[in-house]
Amino acid sequence: MADNKVQEQVQVKYTSKDFATKQDVRWCPGCGDYSILAQVHRTFPDLIGIKKEDIVWVSGIGCSSRFPYYMNTYGIHGIHGRAPAIATGVKVARPDLSVWVATGDGDLLSIGGNHFIHACRKNIDLKILLFNNRIYGLTKGQYSPTSEQGKQTKTTPYGSVDYPFNPISLALGADATFVARAVDRDAKHLQSMLKRAAEHKGTAFIEIFQNCVIFNDGAFDDITDKKVKDEKLLFLEHNKPMIFGANKDKGIKLDGLKPVVIDLSEGKHTIDEVLVHDEHDDNPARAGILINIDKQQDLPTPIGVFKQILKPTYDEGVENQVKQVTEKKGIGDLEKVLFSGNTWSVN
Amino acid sequence: MEKGLLELTDVTVRFAGDSGDGMQLTGSQFTNTTAIVGNDLSTLPDYPAEIRAPAGTTYGVSGFQLHFSSNDIQTPGDEPDVLVAMNPAALKTNLSDLKKGGTLIVNVNSFDSKNLRLADYETNPLEDGTVEGYNVIQVPLSQLTNTALEDTSLSAKEKTRCKNFFALGMMYWLYSRPIEPTLNWLNVKFKNAPEIKAANEKALKAGYYFGETTEVFTTRYEVKPATLPKGTYRNISGNEALALGFIAASVKSGLPLFLGSYPITPASDILHELSRHKNFGVRTFQAEDEIAAVTAALGAAYSGALAITTTSGPGVALKTETIGLAVMTELPIVIIDVQRGGPSTGLPTKTEQSDLLQAMFGRNGEAPVAVVAPATPAECFSMALEASRLAIKYMVPVMYLSDGYIANGSEPWKLPDVDALPEIEVKFRTEAEGFKPYLRDENLSRPWALPGTPGLEHRVGGLEKANITGDVSYDPENHEFMVRLRAQKVKNMENDIPELEVRGDKDAELLVIGWGGTHGAISEAVDRARNRGLKVARVHFRYLNPLPKNTGEVLRSYKKILCPELNMGQLSKILRNEFLVDIEPFNKIQGLPFKSSEIENKIDSILGGNNGRK
Ligand code: SF4
Repeated sequence: MADNKVQEQVQVKYTSKDFATKQDVRWCPGCGDYSILAQVHRTFPDLIGIKKEDIVWVSGIGCSSRFPYYMNTYGIHGIHGRAPAIATGVKVARPDLSVWVATGDGDLLSIGGNHFIHACRKNIDLKILLFNNRIYGLTKGQYSPTSEQGKQTKTTPYGSVDYPFNPISLALGADATFVARAVDRDAKHLQSMLKRAAEHKGTAFIEIFQNCVIFNDGAFDDITDKKVKDEKLLFLEHNKPMIFGANKDKGIKLDGLKPVVIDLSEGKHTIDEVLVHDEHDDNPARAGILINIDKQQDLPTPIGVFKQILKPTYDEGVENQVKQVTEKKGIGDLEKVLFSGNTWSVN
Repeated sequence: MEKGLLELTDVTVRFAGDSGDGMQLTGSQFTNTTAIVGNDLSTLPDYPAEIRAPAGTTYGVSGFQLHFSSNDIQTPGDEPDVLVAMNPAALKTNLSDLKKGGTLIVNVNSFDSKNLRLADYETNPLEDGTVEGYNVIQVPLSQLTNTALEDTSLSAKEKTRCKNFFALGMMYWLYSRPIEPTLNWLNVKFKNAPEIKAANEKALKAGYYFGETTEVFTTRYEVKPATLPKGTYRNISGNEALALGFIAASVKSGLPLFLGSYPITPASDILHELSRHKNFGVRTFQAEDEIAAVTAALGAAYSGALAITTTSGPGVALKTETIGLAVMTELPIVIIDVQRGGPSTGLPTKTEQSDLLQAMFGRNGEAPVAVVAPATPAECFSMALEASRLAIKYMVPVMYLSDGYIANGSEPWKLPDVDALPEIEVKFRTEAEGFKPYLRDENLSRPWALPGTPGLEHRVGGLEKANITGDVSYDPENHEFMVRLRAQKVKNMENDIPELEVRGDKDAELLVIGWGGTHGAISEAVDRARNRGLKVARVHFRYLNPLPKNTGEVLRSYKKILCPELNMGQLSKILRNEFLVDIEPFNKIQGLPFKSSEIENKIDSILGGNNGRK
């Protein structure tokens, strides 16, 4: 590994082609995954300082989890649900690597839920991209933990009975340090979210609304379609008031603890009443308000960075402990350790 | 009173008491001192699954057996010569093991109506003939301890707590051991609690002087040092030896050690031990579950660490799918299974050998892994180096089967010459020219290409791969080819592991075969049978997959084969299937190790009459 470090000095300039592999991409035509892959290919050359060989993509099982095969970096296509745990091993063993997880709603939130919340809790420096299509694609159309209640699928012919997870509130609840949402069809915004995640140190989670054309086509049309998106999406921006609408004339205001929509066009309300977004606020109360906005049907769906705070990462902590203990005790001496404790000699 | 001094060659002592009586501590202190004195020894701790079962109950009894000798010994002893019973429950659960005519030392203060009732004794066993035929020594341990600690400021309860040190001191006197090693230990242990330290010291010394002055002991015993091979020794448990072994493997391979683990009995001590050695670059990851523990290890292996995971049977069940992924991605990880009684939660604190078939076959698909098993506590060290070597050289997951008996048991370990330990060769691929992720070397191993190496970017995963290119492949011919190749890779190791060594009579009528922790009991039984003139041989398997090359030849050389195992006959099954030889299984599934007498009796029953007698 020492040899590689010499080359670090040379700043390589990549194009998006450098990140494409020779493998044929095998998603269904029109699948939202294509756009996500394209945005990653477009963004990665601009991630200053990260070399191709220092990137590892890890995935679980599902349509989205084919992702590593299409990235000309290092990669592990793992087993169902375990991507965050595999990625944790990579990152803790090699903190110098940039580790990315591609996963889906079944993979991350159903079978892999435990690994997800613990990766967030520990603040392991991983970038987790959740391709949320609210359905199981690869197993051909069963409802998922993000499917809306009442969803009719092969396993729920009379409609699903269970309530869905809100991935954002799960990530916030598990104390992820970077929590964002993007939409597959909004290329520019998705690219900016990817960059922000790459720059973040700590667990970065992006939920990406992803359209599955085969089993759940149009799942997000009611909020992301061109015709409605201005009214239905709220683009969060740090330090900016939460306004939306084609004419930017609607805002979110707090009525007690309850977020409500106010109309700014009639002169009844002013911009000063509108809630200002602060992504660096670690106060769980604010996270609660954001979750509340997110969960309410009559309010617009927030998109963008919900939260970004900095705190030491797990991998850093492990690394520092190794360094500190080594400084204190000296580099481990095998002979000394073996011959420690109560020994005796036979002559 | 002038007391006699009697020299013995061989003594087995068992301390038994309540979980809260500190029997494990008492036993391990006696063990350490005995080691320092230079006896050969072997220990068997036995404790309940409950941390603090209700005081006085039979299911809360904790025991510690120690066999020490001036000769070479192999087991913790079949029957104790001396039983120290701290309360009626301990007497009830242990008396039947005591050797006929053996010495029984009881804390007579604890034989009150309450404790008798808790132990389900209707009458006092010390008075109703229950203990007849034993050399019973009644000592008012609690009372004497309290008196000794009269002028301390400890509460009555705290004083009584020190009675195990009184008992220890008394036993030190009885077997002519020095008290200094325990005094030194107390100094370190209770550095910050001078009162507790002083009280325990007092109790220890009072016990020792009690031995000297009391009339109940008329004789004192001595066990001379064993004539062990020259060298420096320390007493070591299997779990400790295992942890040190992987540190050594890390040093000898130059790879940082990564342990992914989730607490589980009886493997947690390995995680505890390795967490202390961060100055060797050891990274321990206490994962959210067993699955995360092994998958993290797999990620670390991909990234170039010496990656291991430690667990017990139920944990292996959870890790199964990831072990399959390691087979498919051809990554070197070592999975350590400290076996315990199963199935399910089973008997967490008891030993068993019932995970062999799980280790061999417990995965979906054709997923061969290497399987190794150390035979003794000290051997857990060298087997760690060996498991690491095989995993790295062949890019194959290795299952390492320890068990509760050797993990918690201890023996004197002749410390190895560190420079003479074998280096573990590691070849990372660095050359981009001609690189393919599933290229093959002479052992069929694929290259280990680490992230961070320019030009070697590649993807691995659980989908079937085309040989050489490593591309995903659904080709039927390729799948069969790869299944066979992965099996061949493991098979190839047979050229790289030692052959079976037959011990005993070459022309024996009966061959006794074993694996793992039954080594001591089997070799002792075979030795004894041979001393009585029976013609018996034995072999011990340390490699279960692949099997040593001469296995078939050895098995076919004997008319009769006996295979004692702490399971329903798992090795017998494998060997019969592989070699079509008749093997008589001899099974014990009680959560307890074999007594060598049990195996010896079985040998007798097979060879019966004059059969095999010289
Ligand atoms: S099934 Fe759905 S998610 Fe999967 S590739 Fe096809 S469109 Fe995409």
